[in-house]
Amino acid sequence: MKALDRKLVRDLWHLRGQVLATALVVACGVASFVAMRSCYDSLISSRDSYYTQYRFADIFTNLKRAPESVSAEIAAIPGVAAVETRVVSKVTLDLPDLPEPAQGRLVSVPESKEKGLNDLFLLRGRLLEPRGTDEVVVSGAFADANRLNPGDAVDAVMNGRLRKLRIVGVALSPEYIYEIRPGDIFPDNRRFGILWMNRRTVAAVFQMENSFNDVALTLAPQASESDVIERLDRILEQYGGFGAYGRSDQLSHRFVSNELAELQVFGTFIPAIFLGVTAFLLHLVLSRLVNVEREQIGLLKAFGYSNRDVGLHYLQLAIVAILGGILIGIGFGAWFGSGMNALYGDFFHFPVLNFTVPLSIIAWAFVISIAAAALGAIGAVRKAVSLPPAEAMRPEPPANFHAGFFENSGMQKRLSTEARIVVRNLIRQPGKALFSAFGISLSIALLFIGFYFLDAVFRIIDVQFAQVQREDVEVSFNDPRPGRTAYELAAMPGVSRVETYRIVPAKLRFQNRSRRIALTGLSSGGELRRVVDKDLNIVNLPPEGIVLGRTLADSLGVMKGDVVTVEVTEGTRPVRQVEIAAIVNELLGLGSYMDIQALNRLMREGNTISGAFLSVDKEHQAELYSRLKRTSAVAGVGLPGAALDSFNDTIAKTIGTSTTFLIAFACVIAFGVVYNGARIALAERGRELASLRVLGFTRREIGKMLLGEQAALTAAAIPMGFIIGIGICYLITRVVDAEIVRLPLVLSFRTFFLSGSIVIIAAVFSGLLVTWRIRRMDLIAVLKTRE
Amino acid sequence: MPNRKDTPRSTQANSESEAVFQVRRVSKVYKMGEVEVHALRDVDLDLFKGELAVLLGASGSGKSTLLNIIGGLDVPTDGTVVYRDHILTSADDAELTRFRREHVGFVFQFYNLIPSLTALENVQLITEIAEDPLPAKDALEMVGLLERLDHFPAQLSGGEQQRVAIARAIAKQPDVLLCDEPTGALDIKTGKIVLEVIERVNRDLGTTTAVITHNAAIAAMADRVIHIGSGRITSIERNAVKARPDEMVW
Repeated sequence: MKALDRKLVRDLWHLRGQVLATALVVACGVASFVAMRSCYDSLISSRDSYYTQYRFADIFTNLKRAPESVSAEIAAIPGVAAVETRVVSKVTLDLPDLPEPAQGRLVSVPESKEKGLNDLFLLRGRLLEPRGTDEVVVSGAFADANRLNPGDAVDAVMNGRLRKLRIVGVALSPEYIYEIRPGDIFPDNRRFGILWMNRRTVAAVFQMENSFNDVALTLAPQASESDVIERLDRILEQYGGFGAYGRSDQLSHRFVSNELAELQVFGTFIPAIFLGVTAFLLHLVLSRLVNVEREQIGLLKAFGYSNRDVGLHYLQLAIVAILGGILIGIGFGAWFGSGMNALYGDFFHFPVLNFTVPLSIIAWAFVISIAAAALGAIGAVRKAVSLPPAEAMRPEPPANFHAGFFENSGMQKRLSTEARIVVRNLIRQPGKALFSAFGISLSIALLFIGFYFLDAVFRIIDVQFAQVQREDVEVSFNDPRPGRTAYELAAMPGVSRVETYRIVPAKLRFQNRSRRIALTGLSSGGELRRVVDKDLNIVNLPPEGIVLGRTLADSLGVMKGDVVTVEVTEGTRPVRQVEIAAIVNELLGLGSYMDIQALNRLMREGNTISGAFLSVDKEHQAELYSRLKRTSAVAGVGLPGAALDSFNDTIAKTIGTSTTFLIAFACVIAFGVVYNGARIALAERGRELASLRVLGFTRREIGKMLLGEQAALTAAAIPMGFIIGIGICYLITRVVDAEIVRLPLVLSFRTFFLSGSIVIIAAVFSGLLVTWRIRRMDLIAVLKTRE
Repeated sequence: MPNRKDTPRSTQANSESEAVFQVRRVSKVYKMGEVEVHALRDVDLDLFKGELAVLLGASGSGKSTLLNIIGGLDVPTDGTVVYRDHILTSADDAELTRFRREHVGFVFQFYNLIPSLTALENVQLITEIAEDPLPAKDALEMVGLLERLDHFPAQLSGGEQQRVAIARAIAKQPDVLLCDEPTGALDIKTGKIVLEVIERVNRDLGTTTAVITHNAAIAAMADRVIHIGSGRITSIERNAVKARPDEMVW
């Protein structure tokens, strides 16, 4: 080993505390990068190979009913590769262990031997036999949630009749990677599932022989999705088509894509923050080292080491210091990523969800970390390179203090000597002070983001379950019912309040833009289901006109007072002009609301309802559920309470885990930055402080001078951290797919308090460690060193 | 002791041996904070092959500045310095680095050892980049430190540290050895040992040696004594008989 390399090794050992702190920050950055990026890659490749192998369709639509002959017409549309017509219907299920009825989505499977679209991946049991009339294959998540296995039977109300279905298999489909009931935001796998059945059986039960009510198709390469959708809609219009849509509007695909997009964003800027801090720490440590080693640098140059040799030496120091961090980060990231991947497996149902850390990601981890290290080192290295050898070997002239604003303002007279030293040190190098405060503020920002994220999610939950969905039970009907059905519901056991609703599928058109929507009619002044904006204001539905969610309004480019065209795709398919009565900032989905009576008028129908929200007395719940199970008109029930529980069991756990990691990482940064700052201040000013000790200052007094500076920096960093944190949180709210959820920018006292106090605790703890060093300071030795 | 006094200019003229360094009209102005310091004013000087020159002057006289300029550590504000066929004053940073690497050995008042390297490693640090170095151990043997190879600077006395520094300077077999107050931080006994080593290197290896000091007693060991004051060469004297370091008293 060369002597210079030996110096490198010994310097690293000497600086081990600071090197370790820096390496840990690198490790956190690399771990978050490797975990999130690998998870992203794994999800993408699992999804794409699943889609390809199991022929996930490109375009989907449903309709009232069309004869099978139309299928050929659809297949003839230019750009269509393969078409599968289906019969799809809602069924109500009676599961032995579930008091309330569950909702099933019954999907027909073609009997031909050929592989169809959206093919099934069999987990257990077998696929359907062509002659098995009572056979069903059930979806994996639903089977797991209800402990259903091949051989079990379920009771189903199908088209008004009770049938016993025999489960022969448990399977997955690329159409239901995220298995969620339309209209919900969190999956409730106990109460909603997919059932696949032979086409012939389904058709017989629903009187759909030689007909279909659902189409899935794939596109030929280079085909235009929008062209095909347009032609498809035209063909199906006379058969009650509800409007075709591509993958981007397909429920499961959309949630998976949104999650992937978030992962990509978080996987970019969280590591970026860490690597930024890494660069900052290396800058601190190396600048200090170069200052201390002025004379050694001078000596190396005096004996003929070139600028390149010297620069490389300090650059290597930075890079070697982070190599350990990179390796730890890759290891930890792989572990963390596989854990994340497994959590994703809980709500994204893939046949195989392999987790690998691609070599390219490892390579990138090295590249970006080393780039960050070089960025951090560049200032110090440049200083080392540009130091003239003769000057390097002279002691530095006394720092350039001037009487400035502080002295002239007369403020100094009111301060103690210690405070004056602190203030002057900060003022003399404002850039350095600002930079140090900035480093600390990044850790505050990171903590801030972590706590904010929890707040935002819980705000959504609070709005959704405490303000919007206040019913105990939502009952939805198979088909629209007359309004008097509400009385029948009111008469059911335990029901204390009934509010009806109407949902109508429609297309909203404004100028050349259009969106498929579910126009919801609610009773104005309703108590059980309300329209609530992000600030928890309740929006009263006007007697006329439509109320649109902000995101939907923006996507159509409409404002309050504009008149939009509503093309209903149900019943008599009326087309009406309706005025936008209000625009509301909702947190979830793409809402569009009308007063239920206004919607009935728009539909030119009498008092008609699609379902109802119920308030139910807990004691009579069981009785009510068993009645609902046997009521043929009921397609399914929704239980907000159960959805909340399922949310708390799965997604909240996931968010909690990742937020805990984020916060732990942020603590590492907070400590790394503050501790490094204090150590460097001690080293830089050790001689000055030792001199003061010799002159009779107490340890407490010099401690105050040193820690006073750190305290001032931390105090300045806190508001800075809050501002950066708020800025990044705002960015997060922008990048999360607004059509599914708008993360509200909730800034709770808790977020400010916790992110501020964790950094203060880190600062105090670092201060204690440094005080301990001051206590051990060997006065004579410090004064003897010529620094 | 001194037996002859000359003006600086006449010295250059009557020397018959080869001038290794030619310093002509060299001035140096420093800015120390807000103060301008004229460290050297219009200095002319030659250093001759194989001689041991002592540059004698009080603190602040400009002698270190002159040494730094001769050694290619610093550049003058004005004037020229020529080393054999190298014009140092028109050399860029890389050329100066090469000049120092190939020709110059330095010894400093405060030794300037790398604290994280052992005695042997401090010498190796230099032999590794030199063209035709002595083995590092031989260099340490010359300064009598063979037993302390593996000691770190912190484990060595001041005199020992300075001897390591000399070993480091001579290990590369430099053409010139420049010593800046080599005994400045040492007591008389250790100082003598260090001077003996410098004297032996000059005698045995024939290395042109310049020693700067404020200690007039050390001038006795020189071939020539160059007196410096207020940034100028005030006089140059030649010793007919060089004193051995162990005979000197201060």
